[in-house]
This record gives sequence, structure tokens and C-alpha cells, in this order.
Amino acid sequence: MAEPLRRAQAFRAYRAVLASRARSQASHRASFRMDLVGAMLVGLIEFTEIWVLYSATGEIGGFTFAQIMLVFGLSDLAFSLADLVAGHCDHLPVYVRAGTLDVFFLRPQPLLAQLMTSDLSLRRIGRCLVGATSLTVGLVLNDIDWSVGTVGLLVLALASGFVIFAAQFVTAAGLQFFLINGSEMTNAFVYGGRYAATQPAGVWPRALLVVFGGIFPVAFAAYLPVATLLGMPGPVGLPTWLGWFAPVAALWAVAVAGLCWRWGLRHYRGAGG
Amino acid sequence: MNIIETDGLTRVFTGRPDRKNRLRRSRHVAVDCLDLTVEAGEAVGYIGANGAGKSTTIKMLVGILVPTSGTVTTAGLHPLKQRRALARRIGVVFGQRSQLWWDLPVRESFSILSAIHSLSAADERTRTAELVDMLEMGEFLSTPVRQLSLGQRMRAEVAAALLHRPELLILDEPTIGLDVLSKQRLREFLVAQRREHGTTLLLTTHDMGDVERLCDRILVVDHGKLAFDGTLGGLARTVGARRELVVDLATPTSDLVDLDGAEHVRSESGGLRQRLAFDPQRTTAARVLAAVSERAEVLDLSITEPDIEDVVREIYRATRH
Repeated sequence: MAEPLRRAQAFRAYRAVLASRARSQASHRASFRMDLVGAMLVGLIEFTEIWVLYSATGEIGGFTFAQIMLVFGLSDLAFSLADLVAGHCDHLPVYVRAGTLDVFFLRPQPLLAQLMTSDLSLRRIGRCLVGATSLTVGLVLNDIDWSVGTVGLLVLALASGFVIFAAQFVTAAGLQFFLINGSEMTNAFVYGGRYAATQPAGVWPRALLVVFGGIFPVAFAAYLPVATLLGMPGPVGLPTWLGWFAPVAALWAVAVAGLCWRWGLRHYRGAGG
Repeated sequence: MNIIETDGLTRVFTGRPDRKNRLRRSRHVAVDCLDLTVEAGEAVGYIGANGAGKSTTIKMLVGILVPTSGTVTTAGLHPLKQRRALARRIGVVFGQRSQLWWDLPVRESFSILSAIHSLSAADERTRTAELVDMLEMGEFLSTPVRQLSLGQRMRAEVAAALLHRPELLILDEPTIGLDVLSKQRLREFLVAQRREHGTTLLLTTHDMGDVERLCDRILVVDHGKLAFDGTLGGLARTVGARRELVVDLATPTSDLVDLDGAEHVRSESGGLRQRLAFDPQRTTAARVLAAVSERAEVLDLSITEPDIEDVVREIYRATRH
């Protein structure tokens, strides 16, 4: 089969699964709308939390409320998009227990791709809306020196943030092969990382900086690019231009995720012992 | 051509390290140096007690599990390195895990699977129509899978595994929990499928009826080792697998001994119910019944299959000495 045709065929498989998932959710209109609103409310509550915090303190780590809206918006949008695409990796323990994973082995698609496309939670679009709104408002409120460079930085940051968060989901899935009931542990860096990404990393203690700036590099998803965008100094001793290194952080996150996934899969198949 | 070939296939499961002695781990040899060849077109029954290593073998054949040692080739492919290519050439039904989408109509599951296996639209239509017709699925094609009866679901599972016309169909406990009629239908379909497409069958089962009606070769596995490899006739000769005809008679009758081809096992209720054993290789239930009818009026009857557990136990007993 010619390569383009083969690729079209591959997409057809994922599209068929996803379309059926979308249809089945859309067919329950009332419950779908409630899910959508619910997801949006969760996002709004998290936003309110930040608003309350900043209206009490004025600023944290050198960031005002308007500035942190950019950080919140960028990271929340990136996370929600990643959640939409890769969030189903969270289901892995369920799939392992139900034997669904074994069924994935019997289909001619890569396992990880099957896992990611096994379902689609359209309600997560609700979350994306909150993030996108906050980002837009943040961009309007702040005094940004618009240029090709700033637009490029924003696009780069959003894409990198998306990849970083998606990689966290895959990392968590890889580890879940070992820790069938270990979702509490992986949630700490997947959802903890999401929360951390909405904060000014400048105020973090060193240990937290190592975890969420290095190992799970969520600081690169929003905080550092926004600091670069606004020309603010990064955490102690770190240069302002560090935000441009978001894609490097994304590559690192992907490498860790790839390693964890392969390692987990080897364990499942029993080659790793 | 051999569609399945294993050479010294072994799988050991290691448990957690011992608390006292960290170097000692519990070891369980699930499959032990298994040499197996199945030719294309054969129908093979793979039987054994629970935990004998059947499922582990199948998981290694299809590329889910990695062998601890030994080699395995399925449809000429390496199941681990060429899993995706292999997936296009085999169909697998795991009795306990579903290929179908729980909340979708059966029809939609088929169309998703057609996309997964890259069937053309025309191919999808003809193949689906053929399977729907042969497995009599028309009446529940629009029903969500979760609302199907077990028999209906199993038919849909088998159809799902055959949609892409695999050369090898592996069935793990396909008739478990099915009623007599559903079992019968499924078996007839599988026989026809094999006749028309030359599909190789490998099935594990606890049902002697499956083995008798579907398989021309039987493999018995015990503690991961092959304990028997031969025909049903050979198996029957080894363990004397006989069926029992149970007849309820109109009047108390003396023991029905010296019947042609059947042996009196025992009488109950003063001769109102009698049990007769016969070898299905040499006579039929109908002939035994005819012979009984000459001597007494039969009110009711039932046939009990030899329990596969008994057959397996006999084999184990015979081979362990």
C-alpha cells in the first residue's frame, strides 16, 4: 500500500472510534450540556481561587492578578487540550483489569495511540473555554509589546505546554503498569503539576522547583514563557529568556514519557520481570 | 505450511521477592518447553485444567506476553516484533473480554472494526452481510451490545473476530455459559466457516461437545507441558471418553444389559431410570435408544457428555506414570 494511503487508513481507524464516542455523548443532550457546564464551573472555581488570593495579597512573586491571568490562562488551556487528547491514559488501570488492554494488542494500531483515542470527553471543551477566556483577557489587560516574536513565543509556549501535559499523562500511564492502584501517586504530578503550572514559580521552594521545573517541567508551560513575554526576571538566578526553552522542556517530557511507557509495557508483557 | 510453530516455548512467572530472603522469588512455570506445530486448515482443541497454561500459551501466540525462553511463530510472523502485521491475519475471541463497544449498537461496532482493519466500504458491506446472515444476527444488529443476551453477544464477538477474514481464529472458551441451542448454532457456524474459508481453528474449552464437533486434533496440556497430541478417537481410546444416555421408562424394568454398543451403568428408582454408557465413535444415541425401545417404553431421555475435566484427569493420570 502506498504510504499516503496507509496513513489515511490509519486515521480512519481512530476517526471511527472517536466519532462513535462523540455521537454517543451528543445523543444524551441534557447530560452532555450539564457535563459541559460542570467542567466549566470547575475551571471557574479554580480561577476564583486565584482571584481571591490575589485580591487579598495584591501580588505574589512579583506577579499581579492581571499577569497571573496570563499564566493561568496559558497553562489551563494547554492542560485542557492535553486532557482532551491524552486524558484517557488515566483509564489504563481500568483497561488492564477489564482485559480491554489485551484486546488492544489484537488490533493493528500502536497501543498508545489506541489508548489515547479509546474515548473522547467532549465536556473537557468546557475547561478549554475557561482557559482560553482567561488567556485572552490576560493578553488585553497586560501591556504587551506585540511583535512577531511575542506571538511566536505564545504559540511556542502553548504548543510546548500541551506536549508537556500530554507527556505527563503518558508518563503516569506507563507507571500505572507497575502501580495498579497507584493513581494517587501519579495524580500528584499530573494534576498537582497542572495546579503548580498556574502559579508563579518564583516563590517555590527549591525542592518544588526541581520537581516542577526539572523532572516534570510544568514551569515551562506558562510561568517562564509569560515571564519572558512581560520581560520579568525568572526565579532567583535564572535569566528572563528562559521561556524560549519551553520546547526543550517539552522534548524532555516526551523522552521521559516514552521511557516510562515502554518500561511499563515491557513489565506488562513480562519481559522486564 | 505451519500456521503456528513453537519451539521450547517457556513462560515463567516470578512473584515478589521473599521478605526474609530477598534473592528468593516464587517461580511459577506456566508453560514448560512446549513444542507445537499447527498446520494451516487444522481445527485444534487445546484443553487442560484451569491454570494448565492454556491462556498463557495463547497470549504468547498473539504477542501479548513475552516468552521467558523458546521461540514462537504465528502465521509466519514474530508475534512481538510484528504484532501489528499479525493482528491483520488472526482473529481472537476471549470469552471473558469483549471486542465490542458496550454502549453502541452491534452494527456500529462492526463498522468501527472494519475501519480498524482497513476494509474497503464494499468489502465491509459484503462481509458484514455474510456474517450477519450466517450467525443470524439480523434481529439484534441495532441493539446496544450491553443489552444482548450472552448467546447473542458471543455470536457478535465471533463475527467481530472474523470480519477481516483472518487465516487463524483463536477462541478462548467460546461456548462458556451458552445454552444448548446457542452452542449448537455457534458450532455449526464455525464448521461452515472452516469449510468455506479454510480458516484454521484453535480453541480452548471446557466443553467436550466443542471438542467432538469442532476439532480434528486435540492437545491436552498439563502443568505447561503437552500431555496428549492426537485425534479425538485416540483420546477416546486412551481414556475411554463415553457418553451416557439416561432414559426414564414407563414401568420399572430390569437392568438393560447386553444392549448392542451400550453398557448398563446403573439403575435408579427400581429400574424407572437407567443409565447407559456408549462410545460415540462406534454407535449413536439414536441406535442405543432404538435398542432400548425394543425392550421398554421410553418416556423421557437425556444425554450427558463426558466431563472434559474427567477426560483431562484421566490423561494426566495416564501420562504422569
